[in-house]
Amino acid sequence: MAVCIAVIAKENYPLYIRSIPAEHELKFHYTVHTSLDVVDEKVSAMGKALVDQRELYLGLLYPTEDYKVYGYVTNSKVKFVMVVDSSNTALRDNEIRSMFRKLHNSYTDVMCNPFYNPGDRIHSRAFDNMVTSMMVQVC
Amino acid sequence: MEGLTLSDAEQKYYSDLFSYCDIESTKKVASNGRVVELFRAAQLPNEVVLQIMELCGATRLGYFGRSQFYIALKLVAVAQSGLPLRVESINTVKDLPLPRFGASKNEQESRHTTSYSSDAENQGSYSGVIPPPPGRVQVKKGSVSHDTVQSRSSTEQQESISPVVSPQQSPPTSPHTWRKHNRHPSGGNNERPLAGPGPFWSPFTEAQTGSSAGDTMWSGHSPPPPQENWVSFADTPPTSTLLAMHPASVQDQTTVRTVASATTANEIRRQSSSYDDPWKITDEQRQYYVNQFKTIQPDLNGFIPGSAAKEFFTKSKLPILELSHIWELSDFDKDGALTLDEFCAAFHLVVARKNGYDLPEKLPESLMPKLIDLEDSADVGDQSGEVGYSGSPAEAPPSKSPSMPSLNQTWPELNQSSEDTAIVHPVPIRMTPSKIHMQEMELKRTGSDHTNPTSPLLVKPPDLSEENKINSSVKFVSGNTVDGYSSSDSFTSDPEQIGNTVTRQRSHSGTSPDNTAPPPPPPRPHQSHSRSSSLDMNRTFTVTTGQQQAGVVAHPPAVPPRPQPSQAPGPHVHRPVDAEGLITHTSTSPQQIPEQPNFADFSQFEVFAASSVNEEHDDEAEKHPEVLQVEKSSEPSASLRVAKTDGRVEEKTAASAPANAGKGTTPLAPPPKPIRRRLKSEDELRPEVDEHSQKTGVLAAVLASQPSIPRSVGKDKKAIQASIRRNKETNTVLARLNSELQQQLKDVLEERISLEVQLEQLRPFSHL
Repeated sequence: MAVCIAVIAKENYPLYIRSIPAEHELKFHYTVHTSLDVVDEKVSAMGKALVDQRELYLGLLYPTEDYKVYGYVTNSKVKFVMVVDSSNTALRDNEIRSMFRKLHNSYTDVMCNPFYNPGDRIHSRAFDNMVTSMMVQVC
Repeated sequence: MEGLTLSDAEQKYYSDLFSYCDIESTKKVASNGRVVELFRAAQLPNEVVLQIMELCGATRLGYFGRSQFYIALKLVAVAQSGLPLRVESINTVKDLPLPRFGASKNEQESRHTTSYSSDAENQGSYSGVIPPPPGRVQVKKGSVSHDTVQSRSSTEQQESISPVVSPQQSPPTSPHTWRKHNRHPSGGNNERPLAGPGPFWSPFTEAQTGSSAGDTMWSGHSPPPPQENWVSFADTPPTSTLLAMHPASVQDQTTVRTVASATTANEIRRQSSSYDDPWKITDEQRQYYVNQFKTIQPDLNGFIPGSAAKEFFTKSKLPILELSHIWELSDFDKDGALTLDEFCAAFHLVVARKNGYDLPEKLPESLMPKLIDLEDSADVGDQSGEVGYSGSPAEAPPSKSPSMPSLNQTWPELNQSSEDTAIVHPVPIRMTPSKIHMQEMELKRTGSDHTNPTSPLLVKPPDLSEENKINSSVKFVSGNTVDGYSSSDSFTSDPEQIGNTVTRQRSHSGTSPDNTAPPPPPPRPHQSHSRSSSLDMNRTFTVTTGQQQAGVVAHPPAVPPRPQPSQAPGPHVHRPVDAEGLITHTSTSPQQIPEQPNFADFSQFEVFAASSVNEEHDDEAEKHPEVLQVEKSSEPSASLRVAKTDGRVEEKTAASAPANAGKGTTPLAPPPKPIRRRLKSEDELRPEVDEHSQKTGVLAAVLASQPSIPRSVGKDKKAIQASIRRNKETNTVLARLNSELQQQLKDVLEERISLEVQLEQLRPFSHL
C-alpha cells in the first residue's frame, strides 16, 4: 500500500503530501523531492506525442531497498508521486495505474471546485478521504 | 409597556421563571432556549406566542427584560385563560391564574407539583403548572430533576430514543434544545425544561451556565463546537432550525441573524415543522433558493458557472475552506457548474453552516439533486447518522468515474447520473453502418433473398450510404481494374465476409446508440473469422495489388478512355446530391461511383438487389473479377473504417490503386447520367453487401459496354489526367476513411474506458 502520496505542482512545489507512518514523514518528503528529478528526466525523454494516458503514467521511478517510488504526470505538468512499501507483495502495475487514475480524478474534482485556486494546497476533504482509502490498506 | 402589577404569587412565580430563564443572570433574557421552551410549554398557539412576544416588547428590544418577561408571562396567563391578548389586559384582568406551562410527564408533573406545592403554599393555584422537567422518561437522573431536564433535552436531541444522556451534553443542549424542539413537537414542548420554581432553579441555573455559551449562540452565529454532539441529532434540529432560520438568515445572508425575529420566526416554524429529515428543504426555502438561482441564471434548467457561484457564496462570508467543502458536496456531477438542484443543496448547506450546523461529510440524501424535496425520507435515521458521522471516510457520492482527464466527459455516476443532465453517458454513435446494415450483411451472408435487405436498404440511413458509397466506389474502381483478372471465388466470399464482418464489427464495436453496453460478444467470432479471411485478403490483395497496379498501368492504354472529363462534371453533379451522409466522399465517390455506374445498367442493380448474393458467383467471370475486386477493395475500405487494422490501409491503398485503374478501364460515355442517377439512389439505399451484387450487375454492364467504347488517341493523356484525378479522389476518400476510423477508434477507446471504469468500480480497491 502506498505509504506516501504527494501531488506536486508544475513549479515543483507540493500541493499535497501525506505519509502514513508519521515518523518517516520527513524521509518521504525527501524521497519525493528527489524523485522529481527522475520525473523530469522521464518527461523530457518522452516525446511530445499525442497525450496518451500511458504517457501520463511514468512507472517506477526508482526503487530503494525499502520502498519503490512511482510517478505520474498530468497534461498540465502536475505530478503525482507515490511511494509504496517494498515489503508489500509487489503491487501490480495495473493497480498502481488505477491508483494514479483515481488520484487524477480526485485531483480533477478538486480543480473543478471554483473555490480552489490552482496553486493552493489541497484541503479538500473528499481528496483526503480518497487518499486515505488508498493508503489505509494492508501494511 | 405599561406598568405591570402582579400579585404576590404572580410576582414570585414570575421571578422564579425569570431566574430560570435568565441563566446568564444578566437581568435580561434573550429569546432563547428557556424562554422559548417556556412559552412552548405554555401550550399556546404559535401565533399567540408571537403576539405575546410582540406585545411585551421583546421583539422590539430583542430580548426579554425582566419587565418584558413578566408581561409576557402575564399575557401567557391571559391567553391561557382564553382572554384576548391585549396590552391592557395585563392589568385589567384580575384573578388571572398563573400561566400554566404544560407538563408532559407525569412524574415530572408530580415532581414539580410536589415541589411547587411544597414550595409555595400560596401558590396553590399552580396545580402542576410548571411543566415537569422534560419527562422523556429519562428517569436516569431521577435524582436531579434538572439533570433530567437537561438530559432530556439532550436526549431529545438524540433521536429522542436513547434515554441515557450524559450530563455533559446538557449544556450544549439548551441552545439546541429549543431549536430541536420542534422536532418532537408531540412531547417536546412540554418537556421543555421549564423547571419548577424555587429550589429547582438554582440547580438549573448552575447547570445552565454551561449552556449559556450555547445560548449566546443564539445571538448570533457560528455554532459552538459542542454542537458536534448534536451533529448527529443535528438532523432533527437543523430542519426546524433551518426552516425557521432560513428566512431570517437568508435575508441577511451577509449579516448576522437578528435575534428576536429569527428566534420567533424559528420557533414558529419549528413548531410547525415536523420534518424528520434535518436537511430537508422546505418549500419556502426552496422557493427562495430558486429565486436566488434566477438572479444568477434566468434559465432554471441551466447551469450556474463556478465563478458566479463562487462570488455568490462568498458573499455569505463563510470561510473559503468551508465553501470549498460545500461545493464539493453539492456539485454532484463534478462539472464545475451548479444546476438548480445543486445550487439549492449548496445554498441549504451554506444556510446550515451559517446557523451553526456542521457540514456533513457526505451530501445528505435529501440534498442530493434528485432527492431534494422528496418526502420519502424513509431512512431518516440513516441520514442523521450520515450527517453525524464526521469520522466516516465518506466518498463523495458522485464519484467521478475514472475517465481520462483529457476526455472531457463525465462518465455515468453509479446510479445518480440519471437525474443529472450534465452527465452524459458517452454513447458512441456509429457513423458507419448501423444495425440495419448489419442485418443486411447478415441477410446477405445467409444468402437469403435480397428482398429483405432491400427494405432496410431503402431505409438505409445516411451514414450507411457514406460507407456504401465509398465501398461501392472503391469496389467499382477495383472491379474495373481487375478487369481481366480472374479472381477466384474465394475473393468473392472473402470480401463479402470481410465486408459483412467488418460492417458488423463496425456496428457492433461502435455500439448502437441504444445500448450502452459493450458490444455483444457474438460479433467477435465473426471478426476473427473475418480476420482470417481478411488475412487471405491481405495476401490476395498484395498480390492483386501488384496486378492491379500493373493493370492500371496497362489499362489506360488498353481500356477505352474513361469519359471522365466529360463525365466528371456529370457525376459530380450527381454525386453531391447523393451524398446524404457522405461529406468528403463527394469528391471521390462521384468520380468513382459514377464511373462504374456510367456503364452500369441500373435496372440490373435492382434486379440484383432482389437477387441473391449467389448471383455474383454466377455472373460472368468478367463480372466476377470486377465485382470481386471491387468488393475486395470495398471490404478493405469498410474494414478499415471499422477495425483499427493498419494492414487494411494497405489494402485500401491497393484498392484505391485498382480503383483508379478501374476508373480508367470503365469508359462510359453514353449511358452515364440517367444511369448514374439511378445508381446513385440505389447506392445510397443499398448497403455494401448488396452493392456487391449490384455492382456485379453494373460491372457486367460496364464490361459489356467496355469493348464497345472506342479508344481515342488522346486517351493516354486523358487517362493520365483521369488517373491523377482518380488518385486525388482516392486520397480524399482515404482521408475521409481515416478520419472515420479515427473517430471509431476514439469511440472504441471511450467504450474501453467506460468498461475499465466499470471494472474498477466493481473490483474492490484493495489490491495489496
